[in-house]
Amino acid sequence: MATATGTVRTERVRGQFFLPAVITGFLALMLGLLGFEQFLNAMTLGAIYALIALGYTMVYGIIELINFAHGDVFMVATFVSIAVSTTLLGQTGAVLDIPTLIISLIVLFTVTIVVMALVGALIERLAYRPLRNAPKLAPLITAIGVSFILQNIIQFFVGPYITNVPQLFSTQWAFTIGESRVPLLNLFVIGSALFLMVVLQLFISRTKTGRAMRTTAMDRDASSLMGVDINRTIMITFLIGSGLAGAAGVIHGLYYGNTTFTLGFQSGLKAFTAAVLGGIGNTAGAALGGFLIAFVEVGAAAFGFGRWGGAIVFSLLVVFLIFRPTGLLGSSTGDRA
Amino acid sequence: MSAAKGAPDLVLKATAITRRFGGLVAVNKVDFEIPRGMIAAIIGPNGAGKTTFFNVVAGIYAPTEGHIEINGKRLISPPTGASREPALLLVPLIPFIGLALYFLLVVGGLAGFYEGVLSVVLALLGFVSVLLLTIVRPLWYVRFIKRFGITRPARPNDMVEAGLARTFQNIRLYKSMTVLENILVGAHVHLRSGFLGTIFQTRRTRDEEASVERESRELLAFVGLAGTENEIATSLPYGKQRLLEIARALAGKPQLLLLDEPAAGMNPKETAEMTALIRRIRDEKNITILLIEHDMRVVMGISDRITVLDHGEKIAEGQPAEIRSNPKVIEAYLGRGAASGH
Repeated sequence: MATATGTVRTERVRGQFFLPAVITGFLALMLGLLGFEQFLNAMTLGAIYALIALGYTMVYGIIELINFAHGDVFMVATFVSIAVSTTLLGQTGAVLDIPTLIISLIVLFTVTIVVMALVGALIERLAYRPLRNAPKLAPLITAIGVSFILQNIIQFFVGPYITNVPQLFSTQWAFTIGESRVPLLNLFVIGSALFLMVVLQLFISRTKTGRAMRTTAMDRDASSLMGVDINRTIMITFLIGSGLAGAAGVIHGLYYGNTTFTLGFQSGLKAFTAAVLGGIGNTAGAALGGFLIAFVEVGAAAFGFGRWGGAIVFSLLVVFLIFRPTGLLGSSTGDRA
Repeated sequence: MSAAKGAPDLVLKATAITRRFGGLVAVNKVDFEIPRGMIAAIIGPNGAGKTTFFNVVAGIYAPTEGHIEINGKRLISPPTGASREPALLLVPLIPFIGLALYFLLVVGGLAGFYEGVLSVVLALLGFVSVLLLTIVRPLWYVRFIKRFGITRPARPNDMVEAGLARTFQNIRLYKSMTVLENILVGAHVHLRSGFLGTIFQTRRTRDEEASVERESRELLAFVGLAGTENEIATSLPYGKQRLLEIARALAGKPQLLLLDEPAAGMNPKETAEMTALIRRIRDEKNITILLIEHDMRVVMGISDRITVLDHGEKIAEGQPAEIRSNPKVIEAYLGRGAASGH
């Protein structure tokens, strides 16, 4: 007993310092290899991937469904953000004063996150909940169906074009650090994404509902007999996951300035890869995986293999699936039978 | 047990419970009551329907017919209200979706910045309020939709809220959580503080966390697991894991505790300790207990009343001594020959 406890404690202490050390080392290495501007690009891209990957991993953790519609929820979010910012600002583009920018950003993020959270919960209610006790293949195929439905809805109402997203940030707004130029937009994107991730971690680890989500992932029946409302917990998971995809959609629009109805497929696939690399079911892992993939892609581009970015990322996925199928951090949601 | 005649204080009242699985009748018209403070046991040969009945009481299966009252509160009534909670609940969403689209596309597009902000926020409020209603389901909302005949069969979490807790035949602790965290999950229904309270560590949250933690430590001491708070649940030996399961069930402050084979897989010493613990739960915490158990020494030694099920029907009910000599019971367990004394 005593020795067993001792081992557990040392492992935990080691775990506490091990991971941050590795991450810091990796970031320093990348900063050295890529230079500051590419590093910033990779961080921004990683923030988007990580936010989407969180939705994949949370839903997988709780109902073991690979929610293929999640990438398309992200795609719809970019269009919702267009609707909201044109409502607020017309087609004018850059906001010129800071107070308007702040109000617009708050409204833009809140509305898109809430609307997408609702869309996600609605999808769960209508498409997945009726199949809760069906064989696992049924909800999986349904998810693919939902993905096509979302794509076709957007294609029908908006058209199959690349649509411009109103730009709230002026490209003039930038800091200069040494030789490098740091746009305010990049800082905002990275900062808001990290903020959301920290809030999510706190929510999952500290609150009653977060604990209910973890226990539902571990043992659904036992949790319902502890008084956890399973339907509600799963719906909250979808709300949060889709809300994060909503935030990712806003960020994508602000950063890349355009979107189209097929956007969800590529991004969704990459984010899914990120979730698997990090250890599907593990939220911290999904965030790490998102950044890792972004660094691989940006790194490939920086060394002149830009077109090979996708191939390298997915090769990495294959390598991981062979040698470490539980991902970087493994699953934190307990043993699955 | 000591309640006045005519109005016994029943913790559990199950009326004419029937549960069919396709053509198989697992439980057939079973009436079952437990007065407060009793230790009741259900026994029966394999396949007699004990576990099915248990699961119906715990809300895991909805009964095909019959209903259940816990603490006088009626919980399951599928024959009359035989409806699931339908997608009809989404109907109130439609006007709000319309409103939001209207604001976004028609009003908002033509108006200036601050009107735009206002319309978006208004539409959002509509969305959020309906969403919260259908998800949080406050009591008055449930009463409102019940007027339209919309009810749903009670689920396990409703049973837990009504004052029931149960343990499992095979241990189902949360493996990667600590002992203390497992108990906190058990206290789920009693925790009130929300997200903001946790983030900002308000006084209320801190008070609640402190009191829940103190109660959890008391519970651990009660079942004899003091000092194991920070260990991972599965690092405990088997017998202690069973105790932890009971502590976790007690954390929900139940009035009725269902124990599914509490002494399964235990050695004689552990069995004796478990029996003593079950008595103490009744005597010190005043919790009524219903148990399924195969070990006859445990059942006979501990129960105030034993109910025997066979082929889904109640064939006998009474004190241990009566059950032991009941010919129907002997027949059910040993076959027809044994009862007639061939």
